[in-house]
Amino acid sequence: MLANKLAKANLPDLTITVVDQNDDHHYQPGYLFIPFGTYRPEQVVRSRAAQLSKQVTFLRQTIERVDPDGRQVHLAGESALAYDWLVIASGAAPRPDQTPGLMDERVWRRSAFDFYTLDGAEALHAALANFEGGRLLVHISEMPIKCPVAPLEFAFLADDYFRGRRMRHKVDITYVTPLDGAFTKPVASARLGNLLEEKSIRLASDFAVAGVDPQASTLESYDGRHLPFDLLVTVPVNMGAQFVIDSGLGDDLGFVPVDKHTLQSVAHERIFAIGDATNVPTSKAGAVAHFEVDHLVRNLTAAMAGQPLPSSYDGHANCFVEAGRGKALLLDFNYDTEPLTGLFPAPVVGPMKLLGSFAHQPPRQAGLREDLLERAAAGEAAAGAERDVDVRQGAGHSQEVRSHAHQHY
Amino acid sequence: MPINTIDGHTFTVNDEGFLTDRAGGSEDLAAILADLIGIDDLTEQHWAPLRFMRTDSATTGVTPTLRRMQTVGGFDIKELFLLFPGKPAKKLAYLAGLPKPVGCV
Repeated sequence: MLANKLAKANLPDLTITVVDQNDDHHYQPGYLFIPFGTYRPEQVVRSRAAQLSKQVTFLRQTIERVDPDGRQVHLAGESALAYDWLVIASGAAPRPDQTPGLMDERVWRRSAFDFYTLDGAEALHAALANFEGGRLLVHISEMPIKCPVAPLEFAFLADDYFRGRRMRHKVDITYVTPLDGAFTKPVASARLGNLLEEKSIRLASDFAVAGVDPQASTLESYDGRHLPFDLLVTVPVNMGAQFVIDSGLGDDLGFVPVDKHTLQSVAHERIFAIGDATNVPTSKAGAVAHFEVDHLVRNLTAAMAGQPLPSSYDGHANCFVEAGRGKALLLDFNYDTEPLTGLFPAPVVGPMKLLGSFAHQPPRQAGLREDLLERAAAGEAAAGAERDVDVRQGAGHSQEVRSHAHQHY
Repeated sequence: MPINTIDGHTFTVNDEGFLTDRAGGSEDLAAILADLIGIDDLTEQHWAPLRFMRTDSATTGVTPTLRRMQTVGGFDIKELFLLFPGKPAKKLAYLAGLPKPVGCV
């Protein structure tokens, strides 16, 4: 996105090279829907190179480290690239190795899964399909994580999924969080605080995870709580790229410390960062990168011309939340403003209610939802009266709400 | 936003009682607030993580997580649970005059 915008800006004497270790661009918000069979893996992967402007050189290489003093990027093998300006956009990745016991072969990808990787989401799809009931834990290890509401969405969708399979009564769902609740901001907890209760999802809060006991199949906390599980869906600690850590450019989690407004590295004036790779105190989400990119184009352009950095990112983020049963929520906030209630004037799809649920069109090729829609259309009672109504609302709005709620970031 | 006055300290708080401006926090005030959440005496063992939290958040702009208290501050998480029973992350932030750790909702 940044490379294309810079290319379009036609700056004199500028050559742009994008280095990535593979050519697979993953639409990561889509991972959430793979375990439930709503998306198939091939629907969320496309070529990186194909997205780039012809003026941008794409280099498929692994980065080993950055030498900020020599202004070089060292690649796997002996080669290196010199740079005048470097933008780090290497994101954040789940690190299951950071939770003791989680990767033990007795549990990992047998009864303990992540869904923030494509193979994890695929493996979980199979595990859910074979799940016959028991204790399901939906767990966040520590903040910050990418797409911070996705675990909550997962819990809502799991509730939906098991209802659809008419086995919800056999599944005990607990949402486990290191924070003091599922909804931590006052306006959200006031508006949405009873959602978990409505869906019969238990809450284990202030859970500082110490590890997994693979023998006992329990999740352990530092204050001595042991939560038994038959299926653990965990969001491991998120960290920045290994080359950032190895180059000494990251904080304790490998995120690049930058000025939160200009996105310039606090340590090296020729390095900037964007998206999940930075340490800016807002959500790690695609929307953030979108809102950051224009500021970064202006600041890079000014830096190249030796001028002061003119553009100030304000922490703007927004997020569609899949609330289950065909409903969605929209959150919009920045560094200084809490999520607001009211209407969001979205183009094309029309105003959307902020922090109130609105019906949305079910995702295309939604196996489960399509079944329900068909049954609802045929007048057949779905699992419950409420679902029936919700599904019809979703169908009724499908002309108007053309955007999909799964395009949340 | 409500304004509280205790023992000559005046400070603005949010609905949950957390200070809205870190500048309002002080060690005197922390000692008073500790009493309100059932921590009778703030010992040197309490002060060390509280001071780290304030210094650290001054540079990062966010309240450090328990993991960061351990990896960067060198504090033992189990010990923090003993010092600030039940909810150490929240209690530490409350006493340090910082926002509690939050998600985006």
